Amino acid sequence: MHVPDGFLDAPTSIATAGVAAVAVTIALRGARREVDDRIAPLAGLVATFVFATQMLNFPVAGGTSGHLMGGALAAVLVGPYTGLLCLTVVLAVQSLLFADGGITALGTNVVLMGVVTVVVGYLVFRAAQLVLPKRLSMVAPAAALGALVSVVLAAATFVGLYVVGGAVPIPLDTLLTAMVGVHVLIGIGEAVITFLVVASIVAVRPDLVHGARRVLDVRPLETRVSA
Amino acid sequence: MNTRRRVSTRTVLVVGLLVALVLAGVVSYYASASPDGLNRVAGDLGFAGAEQASRTQDGPLAGYETAGVDGRWSGGLAGVIGCLVVLALTTGLMLVRRRSAQPTTVGGE
Repeated sequence: MHVPDGFLDAPTSIATAGVAAVAVTIALRGARREVDDRIAPLAGLVATFVFATQMLNFPVAGGTSGHLMGGALAAVLVGPYTGLLCLTVVLAVQSLLFADGGITALGTNVVLMGVVTVVVGYLVFRAAQLVLPKRLSMVAPAAALGALVSVVLAAATFVGLYVVGGAVPIPLDTLLTAMVGVHVLIGIGEAVITFLVVASIVAVRPDLVHGARRVLDVRPLETRVSA
Repeated sequence: MNTRRRVSTRTVLVVGLLVALVLAGVVSYYASASPDGLNRVAGDLGFAGAEQASRTQDGPLAGYETAGVDGRWSGGLAGVIGCLVVLALTTGLMLVRRRSAQPTTVGGE
């Protein structure tokens, strides 16, 4: 859902650029706590994987496609602050090198596909973790739920921005229904991909997954004594 | 104790990177060319015409096509180049972050 130049007016684009700049500044500070010797190389991998996967548009409904946004995935794997930095690099490279997403719309895209999907994806993930059993097998389902909700809320956020500064007047309910409808389907694809990737890494090296740390911390209490 | 052999971090990184390169370099050729959710809605509701061409649309990798390379591998090559650029930028950013984060915790030589 890379927003091109022209969909939103200049004041709205400037406002979203400001929000994006503040969010990235906060992420740069917050990432200091997340980035250790293990996370640093993983962040490069996560950003690269998100970039690659965003090239893979999958069909969702007649003549429509969608691709991974990756905010929830990145937040669960390397933490929300580092995750936002990963998404910001991806979106900037896409805009500047690949003409995917406008230049003046870069702030909008960082807000929608970076800030919203990372924050919503991570909060839903953490909430799900609180409710679900504290097991490693629950990390991937929780991440998938965060992924689904994050895409739908990113679509809804675009609608909110469009209502404020859209180029052509469109009735709010019409736009909201259309955007949320198609992005529920895209969100299901996002959830499947997020589940598979998180489950794969949890299976081989759970200690590398930021979102699995709390579960790993309590695991010694569950150690079974062999009879 | 865990009897399973521990997969090294290096292995995870190398395998992950190879998967990303194959996705961007090869699998991307088979991606759906249909408009994405936003573009579809923009077309259906009548604001697609508001789109302005990106100022980077004449760049050598614009539209995920490599200038001067035609056919099957143009998109894949663009994808691989993009992966390497993203990897370099993110890793560089993380190294700067890490260094500024731990100025005194590493002992001297």
